[in-house]
Amino acid sequence: MTPPASTPLPVTDFLKIPEGGEPYLEGQKCKACGAVFLGARGVCSKCGARGQIEAVRLSDRGTLYVYSIVHRSFPGVAVPYVSAVVDLEGGGTVKGNLIGIAPDPAKIRMGMPVRVVFRDALGRKDKEGNSYLSYFFEPA
Amino acid sequence: MSDVYVVGVDMIKFGRFPEKTVPQIGAQAALLALDDAGLRIQQMEALYCGNLYQANAMVGQRILQEIGQTGIPVVNTANACATGATAFREAWMAVKAGVYDLVLAVGVEQMGKGLLGGGGGGGGIPKEGLLGSGTMPAVFAEAGMEHSRKYGTTFEQFAKVSVKNHHHSTMNPKAMYQLETPLEMVMNAEMIAYPNTKLMCSVNVDGSASAVLASEQKAKELGLMKRAVRVRASVLTSDPWQERDLVLPDVNTCTRLAAKKAYETAGVGPEDIDLIELHDCFATAEILHYENLFLCKDGEAGRMIDEGATALGGKIPVNVSGGLLSKGHPLGATGIANIYEVSTHLRGEAGKRQVPNARLGLTHVIGLGSACGIHVLERVS
Ligand SMILES: [Zn+2]
Repeated sequence: MTPPASTPLPVTDFLKIPEGGEPYLEGQKCKACGAVFLGARGVCSKCGARGQIEAVRLSDRGTLYVYSIVHRSFPGVAVPYVSAVVDLEGGGTVKGNLIGIAPDPAKIRMGMPVRVVFRDALGRKDKEGNSYLSYFFEPA
Repeated sequence: MSDVYVVGVDMIKFGRFPEKTVPQIGAQAALLALDDAGLRIQQMEALYCGNLYQANAMVGQRILQEIGQTGIPVVNTANACATGATAFREAWMAVKAGVYDLVLAVGVEQMGKGLLGGGGGGGGIPKEGLLGSGTMPAVFAEAGMEHSRKYGTTFEQFAKVSVKNHHHSTMNPKAMYQLETPLEMVMNAEMIAYPNTKLMCSVNVDGSASAVLASEQKAKELGLMKRAVRVRASVLTSDPWQERDLVLPDVNTCTRLAAKKAYETAGVGPEDIDLIELHDCFATAEILHYENLFLCKDGEAGRMIDEGATALGGKIPVNVSGGLLSKGHPLGATGIANIYEVSTHLRGEAGKRQVPNARLGLTHVIGLGSACGIHVLERVS
């Protein structure tokens, strides 16, 4: 068994942790039509253009598009929490937990500005004992 | 090309049958549909089987082991919650193309309890509750909140869908539940994923439904036209590209695409339809589909539920079977169970929940990922 990595691993492949730099979310943008995706691909799923996809750094600012307050989940998942769909400035839509706000529909406003923050993945570790860095949304 | 007719159709009472195998459950509906038509398996020229959770296990062939192995071609389909509708459509297409005159379609599922979706997959650590939620109640809650965002639709309006559909199911002996659920009960039930409470989530049940389809010539030859139901349109779509589709599955665009095509093919408009069975996998979803099926203008779905327009006795009754919310939602069976419900009304055999003088009906399912299946059915005599 390999020993745990000394620094946290990214929770998903579109979270980038540059050496000596700040973490960020990475999107894939089609040079032909401007569509922005999460996750690498060779062909644009909007326009079908080939070889036109380039990696772009997504903004850490955005607005809350929609959300749900999750009260029932799988064993071991802390509830309630806010599952949020966020439109990032300049393109890209990402889902994640909205933190720093009461899980209460009276408090959460769709359209509210949020920022992307990077934190430890709620203490979750993989089989090798590796820690992970995750992203969250916070009211801006 | 001649029209295609449903000449036999039935479903089992939905429930939980852990002691049975999937083929055994499917075989029950197949036999019921054959009996409904007064036909035998030896007369069927092909079998189209819809099942999701055992998609790699030759369920159609194993159903034939239960009801008669005649050597006919079997096609097994899987298309998420549109699986049953897809099997029915494949059967319809084969008859429409003139390849066969008489075929059988079966949809079947064995579910087990618990949350669907959110399993994640991939390596690393579990993502559920870390990168938001992938559970179905949350996904459809978010889809509903998009409607709230645009039009101010309220928790109470979503909840009213569940009150209506549970009420309808008290008149359907084949529904999983026959229980009234008043508004306070729905709204005060355990919150699963706001705004969907437990009573606003479809019921995971086991079930099966089946239909016998015939060409016009064959239906006449067999003397089955009296109770036959004509298929006026059979449409299947997938989700066209939409900017948020990857994180907020878009159940709207593929439904609108399918609905337009279905009305156009059938040569009718939404105002001509007498009843609808649509995909109320969650109460939030039903509201969206009033607009997606053009039953009202965008933004008016909340008012439709408030005014009772979609209740039995209203302008356009929706989910008089009790819907997925109360009849239950055995994924692969749902599409054909919807066809059973609408056909039963068109035949005037729906008992207490009968929509009076029903002539045209529409069925709709959505398989997330996504597939939308719509059928328009018409009374013949
Ligand atoms: Zn493109």
